[in-house]
Amino acid sequence: MTIDRRRFITLSAASIASGLVAACGKNPESAKPVLALAERFNETIERGLVRHSAMNVVPASAPLTGRAYPKYFVSARVPVWDPAVRGAWTLEVGGAVRRPLTLSLEDLTKLPRVTQKVDHFCVEGWNARATWSGVRVSELARLAGATADAQYVDFAGFDKEYHESWDMESAMHPQTLVAYGMDGYLLTPAHGAPARVHSPIKLGYKNTKYLTRVIFMPARNGGYWSDQGYEWMGAT
Amino acid sequence: MAPLVKRNHWVVRLTHWVNVIAVVLMAGSGMRIFNAHPAFARPGERFALNPWEGTPIPNWLTFGGWLAGARHWHFAVMWLLVLNGLVYLGFLFLHGEWRDLAPRRGDARDAWQMIRFYLFARRDHPRQGKHNALQKTAYFAMPVLGVVLVLSGIAIWKPVSLSFVTALFVNYKWARFVHFLAMALLLLLALVHVFMVVSVDPYSLRAIVTGWYDRARSPEARNARPFYHLFARPRDDAPAAREEHAA
Repeated sequence: MTIDRRRFITLSAASIASGLVAACGKNPESAKPVLALAERFNETIERGLVRHSAMNVVPASAPLTGRAYPKYFVSARVPVWDPAVRGAWTLEVGGAVRRPLTLSLEDLTKLPRVTQKVDHFCVEGWNARATWSGVRVSELARLAGATADAQYVDFAGFDKEYHESWDMESAMHPQTLVAYGMDGYLLTPAHGAPARVHSPIKLGYKNTKYLTRVIFMPARNGGYWSDQGYEWMGAT
Repeated sequence: MAPLVKRNHWVVRLTHWVNVIAVVLMAGSGMRIFNAHPAFARPGERFALNPWEGTPIPNWLTFGGWLAGARHWHFAVMWLLVLNGLVYLGFLFLHGEWRDLAPRRGDARDAWQMIRFYLFARRDHPRQGKHNALQKTAYFAMPVLGVVLVLSGIAIWKPVSLSFVTALFVNYKWARFVHFLAMALLLLLALVHVFMVVSVDPYSLRAIVTGWYDRARSPEARNARPFYHLFARPRDDAPAAREEHAA
């Protein structure tokens, strides 16, 4: 059978198209390096976009999400800190610091308090509003005397092994809090009691709940969802 | 043998096909992302403008496998879409071809005549230049929707660090709705476009692959409606198509 030019072009187009369709169905492994490259490129841009002057502003008249605020944890049941088993809850602030701190909830509430009505952006696509009260992470860094080695911060909690590490710039943003109050009350176990990270500048999964450790580090160490494929930066 | 004219510059042909790949990947991964929360209402609120609030897109229409996978695809291919779009728009501007697409007075009247022709309320194909008035409107609307998609996309990608972009769409929730709506409109236009290519002017496929077009087979020369006169020879009294610039 002879193949003229027209037939050659038709056959070529058909084989390229079928190859593409087959590749799409499998979500090809070969695309992974390209996607990883794009993520690193995006991260560079996103870290450049972090500005401490860029604040999330929720209109004063906007209603709070209140009871509809989604509750979320990775354990099978709501993690509750039981002092009879684990002793009194404390927040450890350590790592690349000159003065490691161990703070009780009462210690935390005596530190300079920030109360802010902000958005919570979930990676799923919804946003919710609450008024959070707590201490700025930048205040904790100042009190503990974070050193020049403190380029990243790991926020770890007692919801299984949940943790997420952050870039220092985002952690030092004035709207990044270790929050112990929500909508005027102390946090409930469903929302991360006794204390959690909350910031509108990172997606929800970066905001560790049931917080126990704030560790300043020279290198990042991933996170619960970041290690499973979600973007490590998770910036908004 | 009818003389062929060079209808589409290689930049237009290349960006057209790159755009097909980019839009398909963006729409597929975008719908997968949407399915993680297939609604526009915030928790505890209602959203009246979406009659299918809470209903996910069928999985076979989506791409990326899961939310994180789709996000990686979406945030990678977005650069291809934007760069390709800039090359296309830059070419249109520098090469003067924006004149073929820019809206003019009389377009609405011409579009109405095209509709009358397609509905058999008019016997002869209206005279046209490179594109008929309906085509022109669609080809103008598509890049406009592209710009809306990119802006609303930035608005929901960076609602805090680029909050001034989000403010263009009121807030995050509305930016997300506009992003979805613009995607749906773009896909609708693309589907109509493919339908019209197949049913009215399959000969234009050659023009978007090799660039060459046989004006003797143009819809105007064939007096072609969808699936009418698909293989017709040009009529003797067919109005001559306006000259196109030769390659």
